[in-house]
Amino acid sequence: MTRDKIEVEDLRLSYGEKEVLHGISFAVHENEILGVIGPAQSGKTSLLRCINRTIDYTAGTHVHGTIRVDGEDVRRTKDVYALRRKIGMVAPLPVGLPLTIYDNVAFAPRSAGVHDRAWLDQHVEKCLRQAALWDEVKDRLDSLGTKLSGGQQQRLTIARALSHEPEILCLDEFSIAIDPVTTMRIEDVLKELRREMTIILVTNLVQQARRLAARTMFLWNGEIVEMDSSDVIFGDRPADRRTYEYVNGIFG
Amino acid sequence: MTRFAETPHIRRKLRNELLARLFFGAMAMAMVVPLLLIVGFVVIKGAPAMTWEFFTENPRRGGTAGGIWPALVGTLYLIILSLCVSAPIGVLAAVYLNEYARENWLTRIVNLAVVNLAGVPSIVHGLFGLGAFVYALHFGKSILAASLTLSIMTLPVIIASTKEALASVPMSFREACWNVGASRWQTIWHIVLPNSISGILTGVILQVSRAAGETAPVMLTGVATFKAIEGHGLFLYHLREQCMALSMHLFYIRTQASGAPEELSYAIASTLLGVVLAVNATAIVFRIYLRSRKKW
Repeated sequence: MTRDKIEVEDLRLSYGEKEVLHGISFAVHENEILGVIGPAQSGKTSLLRCINRTIDYTAGTHVHGTIRVDGEDVRRTKDVYALRRKIGMVAPLPVGLPLTIYDNVAFAPRSAGVHDRAWLDQHVEKCLRQAALWDEVKDRLDSLGTKLSGGQQQRLTIARALSHEPEILCLDEFSIAIDPVTTMRIEDVLKELRREMTIILVTNLVQQARRLAARTMFLWNGEIVEMDSSDVIFGDRPADRRTYEYVNGIFG
Repeated sequence: MTRFAETPHIRRKLRNELLARLFFGAMAMAMVVPLLLIVGFVVIKGAPAMTWEFFTENPRRGGTAGGIWPALVGTLYLIILSLCVSAPIGVLAAVYLNEYARENWLTRIVNLAVVNLAGVPSIVHGLFGLGAFVYALHFGKSILAASLTLSIMTLPVIIASTKEALASVPMSFREACWNVGASRWQTIWHIVLPNSISGILTGVILQVSRAAGETAPVMLTGVATFKAIEGHGLFLYHLREQCMALSMHLFYIRTQASGAPEELSYAIASTLLGVVLAVNATAIVFRIYLRSRKKW
């Protein structure tokens, strides 16, 4: 039995009066890819933002329940920045920061106080290689990250998410703005990363979760409808009828 | 097949399109006319009086002769000193309001105060400055009191324009920074400010025109009708002295000094315009420079 990397217990989240997560509990095992599927507005992104506590920066949010990462309650942690460095986060739309490609990747280490140029050079190359972007940009690391194409920017975003050497990688619908070929390249990257990281893969593409995730959670209207091994979720008889209908495109 | 035949509807649509274009275009062009007329009128009428002595000498015979040197220096003092106070405070306040403040009653009160302060007439600011800086703080009628009064007047507009500039930086940039463990301040310093600085500076520098042009607030708090500059030091005026200012000097020459030649007031107006346009031109050049480095 593997260790639980993230444990969520009775997590409730509300924006003002409106509750968007209604007390969900689950655990993510170490070094697994957990797929999270569900229609829009089901609370997938909010869940990720609770885990790395960027939800704190949204006005009027109330979080109840506990989230533990490596056994430590994220709401009690002394160093929220260290928590966030432990978690790589990739947003749905590619965000190239208005900096050079090099600085995009070096931003996180520098924010953490690392300025050793030789180490940074090596590290930037490593992250860009991991994100399958190095060969395309190695000759123009000084050009702007914002000038890259959408697919390249998304890989740059992934390189940046890897740049603070996270133990957990959260991907929030990473493929909605990029083409299928790039998507497949990134999926190959994820299969590699699974060896060293715990990955939460939020996706709108049911097939993507099926391809990559060992276990999958079906989140709907702020509740976990069902969470089981992907074979069961995507099989002929998941426990809940709604899962079957969603996965097979009957609703949602 | 006549699928693309010209129907009455299409003709009307094309005609309206043309009319709208012409009409809106004319309105836009019309904006140039008053500016050219004002500048042309003032400069042409004032040109005869604009000699080297006009810019470099003290006024003589109650302002009807001599130059405007002290008023020019006084206006520059007021602009620079007031901006030294209002620009840093305004920009820092705006950064707080836009980047840190949560939506609560305190923030709402501050925002409400900013909006309403921006709407206070300048003469009221003058009266406030008189009560607060001249009397209560015992600065006396002085450059210090007048500059502080101008700062209070320009502050809310600087806050508003800075907030606008900060808000134009996409939220996704901030989230990307937070996600990799950057603090809010690191995010602001490395991403938000570099990408909004051109808008911030434009807003700040545009307030120079207001500070330079206002008569009422400085008249009450520290600008005299006559205050010659003696000697040639680096600091021509002392902060606790009164000074002259172009706006006030123009008002005085035109209304109080009998026998002043007409071209004199136009020459003063030209100088005031020159100061403001020079500052605005600097702002534009700076903005072009910064925009050429804009990164998204």
